[in-house]
Amino acid sequence: MTDTLLELSGLTKAYPGVVANSDVSFSIKKGEVHALLGENGAGKSTLVKTIYGLVKPDTGTMTLEGASFQPSEPRAARASGIAMVFQHFSLFDALNVAENIALGMENPPKMGDLARRIREVSETYGLPLDPDRVVGDLSAGERQRVEIIRCLLQDPKLLIMDEPTSVLTPQEVEILFETLRKLRAEGTSILYISHKLEEIRALCEHATILRLGKVVGTCDPRETSARDMAEMMVGATLHVPEKADKAQEGDVVLAISGLSAPAPHQFGTALKDISVEVRAGEVLGIGGVAGNGQDELVAALSGEMKTKPGMISFKGNSVGHLPPNARRKAGIAAAPEERNGHAAAPDMSLVENAVLTGAVRMELTDDRGFVRWAKAKDFAEQVIETFDVRTPGSHVAARALSGGNLQKFVIGREIMQRPEVLIINQPTWGVDAAAAASIRQAILDEAAEGAAVIVISQDLDELMEISDRFAALNEGRLSAPRPAKGLTIKEIGLMLGGAHDMEVAHVDA
Amino acid sequence: MLTLEKRPQPSQAWTYLAPLVAVVVTMIVGGAVFAMLGKPPLESIRTIFWDPLFGEFAAFDRPELVKKAGPLVLIALGLSFGFRAGIWNIGAEGQYIMGAIFGAGIALAFYPMEARWLIFPLMIIAGMVGGMLWAMIPGLLKVKFKTNEILVSLMLVYVADFMLDSMSLGLLRNPEGHGFPGSRNLQQYASAYNGDLIAGTGLHWGVIAALFAVVVSYIALSRHIFGFNVRLAGQSPRAAAFSGVNANRLVLVCMGISGALAGAAGMFEVAGPSGQILSSFNVGYGFTAIIVAFLGRLHPIGILLAGCLMALTYIGGETAQLTLGLPRSAVQLFQGMLLFFLLAVDLFTNFRIRLTAKEAA
Repeated sequence: MTDTLLELSGLTKAYPGVVANSDVSFSIKKGEVHALLGENGAGKSTLVKTIYGLVKPDTGTMTLEGASFQPSEPRAARASGIAMVFQHFSLFDALNVAENIALGMENPPKMGDLARRIREVSETYGLPLDPDRVVGDLSAGERQRVEIIRCLLQDPKLLIMDEPTSVLTPQEVEILFETLRKLRAEGTSILYISHKLEEIRALCEHATILRLGKVVGTCDPRETSARDMAEMMVGATLHVPEKADKAQEGDVVLAISGLSAPAPHQFGTALKDISVEVRAGEVLGIGGVAGNGQDELVAALSGEMKTKPGMISFKGNSVGHLPPNARRKAGIAAAPEERNGHAAAPDMSLVENAVLTGAVRMELTDDRGFVRWAKAKDFAEQVIETFDVRTPGSHVAARALSGGNLQKFVIGREIMQRPEVLIINQPTWGVDAAAAASIRQAILDEAAEGAAVIVISQDLDELMEISDRFAALNEGRLSAPRPAKGLTIKEIGLMLGGAHDMEVAHVDA
Repeated sequence: MLTLEKRPQPSQAWTYLAPLVAVVVTMIVGGAVFAMLGKPPLESIRTIFWDPLFGEFAAFDRPELVKKAGPLVLIALGLSFGFRAGIWNIGAEGQYIMGAIFGAGIALAFYPMEARWLIFPLMIIAGMVGGMLWAMIPGLLKVKFKTNEILVSLMLVYVADFMLDSMSLGLLRNPEGHGFPGSRNLQQYASAYNGDLIAGTGLHWGVIAALFAVVVSYIALSRHIFGFNVRLAGQSPRAAAFSGVNANRLVLVCMGISGALAGAAGMFEVAGPSGQILSSFNVGYGFTAIIVAFLGRLHPIGILLAGCLMALTYIGGETAQLTLGLPRSAVQLFQGMLLFFLLAVDLFTNFRIRLTAKEAA
């Protein structure tokens, strides 16, 4: 008998031009929560895909419970008790939750039984999810719950989780951790991939750190500081964003007063009487669980959704009726959450994606509407250079970029237009630590230059790090903003939950 | 085992190669079908693809080729804007008919006045307006009531068909036609006749219009923000909305363009090669143009080439019917196969095939 569940030894996988994994060896014990750390491109994905049977290693071996383990396809891996929650969801928008889960099963039970089991699991683990909802209408956070529950239904021996908490509130993260700890107590091993080092410190007892495809270190996260782990990961001293000296209170640039709007579609969230002012030079952080009106608020501000006169004003002028380009011209820029297909067109080149929002402010078209492609290319390349977007060139399709790099491009594209109001939804979701730090710094710099910035995020650490004031969205209502300095996690939790006293105060306002 | 793997970027080479491969595969499979029908395959293929251009009677076929390619290219160009934006106007045939009715209607209203400088331009405008109005019906219904433009535009083809019957028997019937159905023949009305600009070449104003439209479409799609918005809306509707593209306006504009060009094609046809409003006026250009648009990759130059190829199969097909006794449906099957194989081969633009070794058990 051995207490090792899975042992990897000497795994190497090379793709043309890049060695994704080079001689990677480590082992996962039974009932262990094992962290896998590394920047985007460090080879984590290739490694877990190897374990999950999606990638066949060039050399090296794996043993599962003492026996040779060479899954030829995910089905074989699942049959051996390995389950995985992917960072990018593989769900069919047109099907409902139960149907999506049934698709991933070998012998799906009857829909009614399956729906009941989904309800059971979702209640046990505190991941509220209605099996009858259509996935296309779910928020990113809810989609992730589908993936997590899909895995839990398999009763896995090893659960691989790729960035599972990025869309959960602290309370929900705690519940998930309870779930994971419970699974661990039941003997399930967990391979946990995250950039959030504090999480890893709270949850994992062993960490393997990858850099450029190689194992560069192992540690016990409970006894290693987050900073040390981060530095092992990036191989350099980590750049922590600094807040510029708080400028004197700027003028109110963007005023939202009594913003209400019906839900744009059946499963959207109605905005209810949102009022807040944002001043030049400040960062307003808006927290909240996905699906509480974030997308709708961004749409109302960007111009994708029109609102009644007077609800949104920019420097005293009502702009709620203006289409997106007129708002950009005025000086309002926005970056929605979903990079592929919303903030950027995946099949278009970066140059074309630069035109997507930059046409007006950067004068990428002439008076007759002809596109100045040379100028657009310059603009795209400026963004790529300034924001360190890793890409072979500006001609590359957006979908060929990694999530973090595309995010840097999207945010850079908006910032480099020098807007007076900048709205960003989920600036660093799925982005590695180094890129996230540089994005946050860019946001702070933009505020220091005098822009009014609204950052909507589910990552509270991030919001606390960059916000001057903090407010929370809950079922389409925005709590009264409070200075971020000195807020406790408990107070934030109450704000996120839409505590009663704040609602009253809000209605009075 | 063969597996399909998504390419990180669409393959440039396959984008251009796919139509050629589709043509070759169609020739091979088409030849096999002809062989099964008991016709000599090589000779059939040669009759369809070679003889109209370089055969014995090529001097007669070539102008016909130009006359057929003109309307196909013009209609397909109009459709390509909508198709790129994800707006599926399947009813170009109906818009083509309405353009012809409007254009001929104007001409006949002025008959027998002699004023080509006035009448012919007015006919062009009327043809475009007729097609555009017909296309606005599915367009407006889609915008206002979210109806499916595919169904509405397609059904309106049949309505237009009846309109054509009604016109040839009623309002536009030739008063001096001894009661036969059909309008006056515009070929005999100099102010309205859209004849060959250079005798015997088939080059009429409709062909000039098609060539002009190729250039304008090319510029609009590659250089103008409108073309950018069309492409953006087709690829990522949400990104287009975020960028500021008004989806409803785009539906109306794209339907309008395709309707106007189909209507113009109808008008040039009725005033030229066809000559009169007759219930047998339309021969399916509006539907074939859909194949032309896709075969040409929705790209203006591609559409020009595809239009010529399609015209070739029309002429060659007719010759094959006459000389080899190939059934008409075999030729239509042949045209359909082109689109079928194109869509199949298209897969390789975005995917590649990989040989994966099956694990030894």
